[in-house]
Amino acid sequence: MKKIIIRICSGTTCFVMGAAELQTLVEHLPPALKERVDIQLSHCLGLCNDRNFSRAPFVTIDGEPMGEATIPGIIARLEALADRNA
Amino acid sequence: MFVENDATRIRREVLVRIARAFLDGNLTNDIDRIPLEMRPRTAAASSRCCIYKDRAVIRYRCMAALGVGFEEETDELTPLSGFAQKALERDSLEGPVLSILEAACHGCVKTHYAVTDACQGCLARPCAVNCPKKAISIVDGRSQIDSRSCVNCGKCQKVCPFNAIIKIPIPCEEACPVGAISKNGQMRSNIDFNKCISCGKCLRACPFGAILERSEMLDVLKALRGPRPVTAIIAPAVVGQFPGTLEQIMAGLKRLGFSDVVEVAHGADQTARAEAEEFGHRMKQGAKFMTSSCCPAYVEAARKHLPELLLHVSDTPTPMHLTAADVKRRNPDAFVTFVGPCVAKRVEGRNDPMVDAVLTFEELGAMLVAGRIDVATCSNEPLANPASSEGRGFAVQGGVTKALLAFSAADEVVRPVSINGLSRVSLLQLKTFLKACPGNFVEVMACEGGCVAGAGVVGQAQVTAQKIRLFTETGTQKPPISEGPSSKP
Repeated sequence: MKKIIIRICSGTTCFVMGAAELQTLVEHLPPALKERVDIQLSHCLGLCNDRNFSRAPFVTIDGEPMGEATIPGIIARLEALADRNA
Repeated sequence: MFVENDATRIRREVLVRIARAFLDGNLTNDIDRIPLEMRPRTAAASSRCCIYKDRAVIRYRCMAALGVGFEEETDELTPLSGFAQKALERDSLEGPVLSILEAACHGCVKTHYAVTDACQGCLARPCAVNCPKKAISIVDGRSQIDSRSCVNCGKCQKVCPFNAIIKIPIPCEEACPVGAISKNGQMRSNIDFNKCISCGKCLRACPFGAILERSEMLDVLKALRGPRPVTAIIAPAVVGQFPGTLEQIMAGLKRLGFSDVVEVAHGADQTARAEAEEFGHRMKQGAKFMTSSCCPAYVEAARKHLPELLLHVSDTPTPMHLTAADVKRRNPDAFVTFVGPCVAKRVEGRNDPMVDAVLTFEELGAMLVAGRIDVATCSNEPLANPASSEGRGFAVQGGVTKALLAFSAADEVVRPVSINGLSRVSLLQLKTFLKACPGNFVEVMACEGGCVAGAGVVGQAQVTAQKIRLFTETGTQKPPISEGPSSKP
């Protein structure tokens, strides 16, 4: 099965505004999800332009951007995607 | 545990906005708009009752970020631009580092136990039976605690088979290891600075973000634009704070305008060597034990709460002091800025003539964001003068002991003891050492896990600790993020 690709932005802005914590995402994934996602660290995704830096940290899930990303928020989105693709 | 929460995000957003306004040359013009931009009229939601209270609290957060104390607000009509102007003109910061923002303090009710709806009114009633003060009675088929006779011992909570009894704490009071926070009969909490050791635990614990630290960020930004060369001395916990390698972080700081960047691990190496020598000397003289002295919150705790212990605290200067003194020796004109994970270092820095300013990693992070510097793409050139593994290991609990062992004479018998995190309990434990110490060298860290878990960090403590372990044991770092989709966290 094709894996869901999640890219965590490691630009300084995202890192300072919360991505530092997102790097531990894998430890928080439910076992069923672990098999189905591929977590990647990425250079600055370019989503935090001056006006909306406060929406950082950003991730993309299968290419779709998500702002103000949190571990519970990402997991909820991944679960929805996994259900749809099941 | 998650470090990040909305209170943390708001604090960082304020710092970034102020740093950006300064770097763009518009501080006094832009600053009055910050509360409005963060909570615009069209905002979908507010953090508190309404956006207007949010704005009022953000305004005070801006004052703290400027380094202005709330007591300086003698006229409530003073706009932020007025405070910014004053901050730009000052030479240095004075007064306490931490303060409680009354407008943000929730005024949590005194720590108490409460019976929840989960109470089944069971037959056994272990809560009532075990209560030493007979404070629990059964009303309408349910347990009820009489607050007048309850002494908060917690026995009822432990014995309830339905987990129906909960403890409702005052987070800041519970977090304070020295009992410096209390209500003194008032609604809002208060810090007693005769007791406070500036460890910063309350800052992280308050769910309302009501405890603020006065920042020196503006003083550093000003210095970066000024005539003196500005040297950043960075604590060893830095490796986990930003994406990229130590080399890249140091390159990023230079892009921000620091003329030189020095690892405090160099000073830590000197501290460890001197401390090993001092230890040998003290043992020869018949001392029972010696404790480390690099943690400023611990030394302050000894000074204010266990003065008998001071005799046993090492006299060796801290890594920050030795590193700063080295910089000043080479360049007396340098503006030395310590950057670290620690709130208590702010106080130590103010009292040390070698140190001109102290920043937390959080503040440095805000400056990097404001300066639009992407650390992960900065130059990764090898360092000309890398520090030792012993020095770099100081940031993790056990690191100081490791370094002392490495530099002690071969025939020296070191029996290490570790105090990992200051709390009411560990302070009592330290007190017992005066009568009987289970070893002869005591490493004390106020933050559990060491400096990597300080109140001013950006990176996760366990991630930073891992990076430091890898770094000190193998001399290698995780490779910088490579282009393309292949890098795993």
